[in-house]
Amino acid sequence: MRDEEMTEPRPLYSPLSDTPEAYVREPPGVHPPLDYPPYKSTALRHPRQPLVYLPHTITEVTGPALHAALDMSEVDADLTAQHDDDPIGERIVVFGRVLDTEGKPLSDTLVEIWQANAAGRYRHRWDNWPAPLDPNFSGAGRCVTDSAGRYRFVTIKPGPYPWGNHHNAWRPAHIHFSLLGRAFAQRLVTQMYFPGDPFFTYDPIFNSVADARARERMIARFQIHDTVPNWAPAYEWNIYLRGPAATVFEEAW
Amino acid sequence: MTFELTPSQTVGPYFAIGLPWDAGPHAVAPGTPGAITIAGVVYDGAGEPVPDHLLEFWQPDTDGRFADLHGHGGGSELAGFRGFARCGAEVGDGSFELVTVKPGPVPAPASVGGGQQAPHIDVSVFARGMLHRCVTRIYFADESDANAHDLVLSHVPAERRATLLAQADGGDAYRFDIRLQGAGETVFFSI
Repeated sequence: MRDEEMTEPRPLYSPLSDTPEAYVREPPGVHPPLDYPPYKSTALRHPRQPLVYLPHTITEVTGPALHAALDMSEVDADLTAQHDDDPIGERIVVFGRVLDTEGKPLSDTLVEIWQANAAGRYRHRWDNWPAPLDPNFSGAGRCVTDSAGRYRFVTIKPGPYPWGNHHNAWRPAHIHFSLLGRAFAQRLVTQMYFPGDPFFTYDPIFNSVADARARERMIARFQIHDTVPNWAPAYEWNIYLRGPAATVFEEAW
Repeated sequence: MTFELTPSQTVGPYFAIGLPWDAGPHAVAPGTPGAITIAGVVYDGAGEPVPDHLLEFWQPDTDGRFADLHGHGGGSELAGFRGFARCGAEVGDGSFELVTVKPGPVPAPASVGGGQQAPHIDVSVFARGMLHRCVTRIYFADESDANAHDLVLSHVPAERRATLLAQADGGDAYRFDIRLQGAGETVFFSI
């Protein structure tokens, strides 16, 4: 590295568009492996050839304004208000911020969620285990982060449910999250879990993340101060998408 | 202070209750001149169609300009151009069809030598059984001159490059199949 590069660090974000030139490469061990035998469905759905290195070009550092294309309203963020009557179950608030790994809030980015109902049943034609559907719960929501990167949903706490991966397999209660971020490179689909779930130990999807501290980052925190009195307990979950590369790195070609 | 990334988890089998929407497969407004379709099937390692896949596409317009959230790169002037499409399959045959325009060439960053990249579309592949997305790119077989000078393609093993090429399929149609594993496995990128 030349001296002037060491004394004058490159600005992280473009002054015009607030866009990084490149994002940090994903560190090994944070995301689960694509080939993970304990989760049986990975067997035929992972590439066997090595991944080819893709430098971050303009295609990877740009991203859509998708919320402008969707006809969104406030009820999209309140999953308890999408039908004539109230859904059954424990009403909760799920809130937090979408940030990059520099701690910069990601504003105007779309957050989409989907989940099972309080009995652990999805309103999907392929989900047919004998738990009741709730006519007042669809289980899908979306919102756009504000200028501080904040999102907030009102929903019903989802139940755990069995699945066919192995004998007596159960998914811990979870809410699926889809984050568009501000760039193709930041795209993330993940799941939010609830603290103290007894099924954590036995779930191959949760445990596909090898690092215990990384697994902790998928678990929301109960927050008494944000709990709405006489109305709904609150769970806070911050989501960190990758941030700008701090230095121009050697391209791995 | 820096923070650590939130890990990825699978999109699972039930994303269709939340993610797809009617106009999702359309990256352009209806009636856009020069619109094309890119259709294909996603296959698993046994050669069976993947009936529960979610694909997302991101690309510039024919002038190489993006409909970026923050206007990065100048901003597309093509009316109704979204540049983003989402195809969420819930169909047994594992098929998808994207409606878009052919992307224009875009610059390559100076860190890789500059110049132009061949027309391409970035693709994210999600499915039950995939704990993290797989990323690929669609290039166009009828852009052989541009492809021959594309830095990304030049780093793909020559015998595998054809897996990244959409083939003209008559009229305004292109064909692009995705094979997650095995014979003819699609090239996926680490980004």
